[in-house]
Amino acid sequence: MIAITDYGMGNLRSAQKGFEQAGHRAVVTDDPAVIHDADAVVLPGVGAFKDCYEGLCSRGLVDPVKEAAASGKPFLGICIGLQLLFEESEEGGVSPGLGILPGRVVRFPEAKQTGLKVPHMGWNQLKRVPDRACKLLTEAEESPYVYFVHSYYAQPADESLVLATCEYGVEFAALVGRGNVYAVQFHPEKSQTQGIGILRSFGNLAKAAE
Amino acid sequence: MLAKRIIPCLDVADGRVVKGVNFLGLRDAGDPVEIAKRYDEEEADELVFLDIRASTDNRETMLDVVRRTAEQVFMPLCVGGGIRTIEDIRTLLAAGADKVSINTPALLNPDFIDESASRFGSQCIVVAIDGKRAPDGRQVVHSHGGRDGGRATEREVISWAMEAERRGAGEILLTSMDRDGTKDGFNIPLTRAVADAVSVPVIASGGAGNLEHLREALVEGGADAALAASIFHFQECTIREAKEYLAKHNVPVRC
Repeated sequence: MIAITDYGMGNLRSAQKGFEQAGHRAVVTDDPAVIHDADAVVLPGVGAFKDCYEGLCSRGLVDPVKEAAASGKPFLGICIGLQLLFEESEEGGVSPGLGILPGRVVRFPEAKQTGLKVPHMGWNQLKRVPDRACKLLTEAEESPYVYFVHSYYAQPADESLVLATCEYGVEFAALVGRGNVYAVQFHPEKSQTQGIGILRSFGNLAKAAE
Repeated sequence: MLAKRIIPCLDVADGRVVKGVNFLGLRDAGDPVEIAKRYDEEEADELVFLDIRASTDNRETMLDVVRRTAEQVFMPLCVGGGIRTIEDIRTLLAAGADKVSINTPALLNPDFIDESASRFGSQCIVVAIDGKRAPDGRQVVHSHGGRDGGRATEREVISWAMEAERRGAGEILLTSMDRDGTKDGFNIPLTRAVADAVSVPVIASGGAGNLEHLREALVEGGADAALAASIFHFQECTIREAKEYLAKHNVPVRC
């Protein structure tokens, strides 16, 4: 069973339905015990970075999430859930993150400099990092289109974390991973067949670990 | 490269699609959920539901449509029409909408844009602007559902689009009332002017009659997305054909 961490930010129903569509059972929960017992844990997130972090704090979920990431079971951050894994974000001043992965979160350059609109909103292609096979992309096309909505992106301090990138004025980390911890900047639950395939592959990691 | 988006729009009243939809192979061509599934299979990039009745007692019906759609369709869903309060937005997002489109309440109280964007994030706040050419040539913003004629406001389209962005709109849904329903093509100069004036994405709407119109809106008009209703509903072309046409003409699309 997959636990989708609920800390009061946004609608988690679509993530849950996405996993069901992919053939996996998922529950939305803010209960540390359920997160602890789950086979895999998902950290979603929409909205502002700081609000998300504070939501985790106020529900007492910082430690359960950190423990899940350290436990060795499959862990997936989605969108702000990816950004929260890093040490800090420059959104809204400088806000601390969970510090599970090294690096920080920065804003896209303004439209005046690049001619590109912020937020980066819509369907864009993933580019796999050569020789770094990602278990989440086993079902995916070579360069799948996935759905993004974000104004900030992560800059991992350790380049080897990056498993796939995306180009939007800059080439940024769209899929990162280290050991059991994965995170995606896009929304697999909104990315039709390609996204559902990514959720299926993630859920399969949990089944393989049983 | 970021793909230009093709967005089918469904006008919904009392839980049913109005204006007619003529898909082959649908059991019930008036059910928004069935049509949404069809567009999902065709790989539409996003879907817009416009609640054109939007009376208070009709809200629950629309929420039910949104809920059932979100359970079966895995692409971004935007819902507009009848949103008046922060609570309206909250319930729609909780039902499974990814974005909401607001129009009249933003015109009556522009602070509503700031409030909703700070509460839910700019990414889910689309400001819909219905523009109509006045006799003196100005593009005047209309409130209260441009499709039924609406009411002229004091505002001009370009300055209102810029204000909406400044207040936190994450996207502008621009409808040319003069073109809406004509199938004569989008208002390209207006689309271009708004796309150049704001740095958030612009969805062009009103006037799509063929595939070349979509290309014009995305290339000459500089729009990030093109919205259309009838050309897709009546299967004059499929979403896939539209994407293939655009790709052939070097427009970056997902296909």
